[in-house]
Amino acid sequence: MLLIRCPYCEEERPELEFRNAGEAHIARSANIAGESDDDFEKFFFIRSNPKGIIYERWRHMHGCARFFNAVRDTVTDKFVMTYKAGEPKPSKLPGVAK
Amino acid sequence: MAKAAAKTATATSPSAERRPALAGRSTSATGVKVEVLPPAERMSLRAPEASLAALSKALGVTLPKQPKTSASKAGRTALWLGPDEWLVIDEAGKDPLADCAKVSALHSSVGISHRNVAIAVAGPAAEATVNSGCPQDLSLAAFPVGAASRTILGKVEIVLLRTAEDAFRVECWRSFSDYVFTFLSEGARDAAG
Repeated sequence: MLLIRCPYCEEERPELEFRNAGEAHIARSANIAGESDDDFEKFFFIRSNPKGIIYERWRHMHGCARFFNAVRDTVTDKFVMTYKAGEPKPSKLPGVAK
Repeated sequence: MAKAAAKTATATSPSAERRPALAGRSTSATGVKVEVLPPAERMSLRAPEASLAALSKALGVTLPKQPKTSASKAGRTALWLGPDEWLVIDEAGKDPLADCAKVSALHSSVGISHRNVAIAVAGPAAEATVNSGCPQDLSLAAFPVGAASRTILGKVEIVLLRTAEDAFRVECWRSFSDYVFTFLSEGARDAAG
């Protein structure tokens, strides 16, 4: 079983307590009604779906119930790191060569 | 229906007659006993950091701020569930809602006494019994006495509290209680086996 570190519980917890909540760092426009159809489509439907490092939202559903962000490698399925919601994208990833 | 029942209730017992789920059920296996606990007063508390001092004072128990911990005093236990969320259980018959009502600091307190059913799992094999469906590390090093956490058991969500080295309190939703009790009974048999 995967162990995922919850930044609010400050420890690794079994994956069964968590839910994936899609890609992270997708900002909703402050003027959503004024968005063009193309921009709204990009915001609403288009996701990066990379092979490799992806930034995702996760929720510690059956724990502290908080949303947080995680950096995961889609090839190895390994979690690189997790950080609290609202924090900026980490500029340096531990153990990732780039 | 509810209104009529409330009208006929006497002043000394304002709430309707309580019929707890699974009342009095228990099962024993070698080294572990699974038992449904009597009803208790419960409250779901949400509050920001700034309100904690006032709420702790009103409740008479210091709300814990560390993850996976609980605090207990005079039959009242406050369990940390999230960064701004606590479950308060009162087994002494006093209503924590009434205590919170006097606090003017921002908070949300919701009575959930009847929503939950508590099941005690006690004995040398208690840890193995709960672990039959709970994926968390329940060793004493990782989950010491007083540790509390919302987690899962089988396919339902529970709140787990370690009351002693060999005893747990499992809080689950009333409608799941039959499942949880049966699951723990099977787990107890396996753990004893």
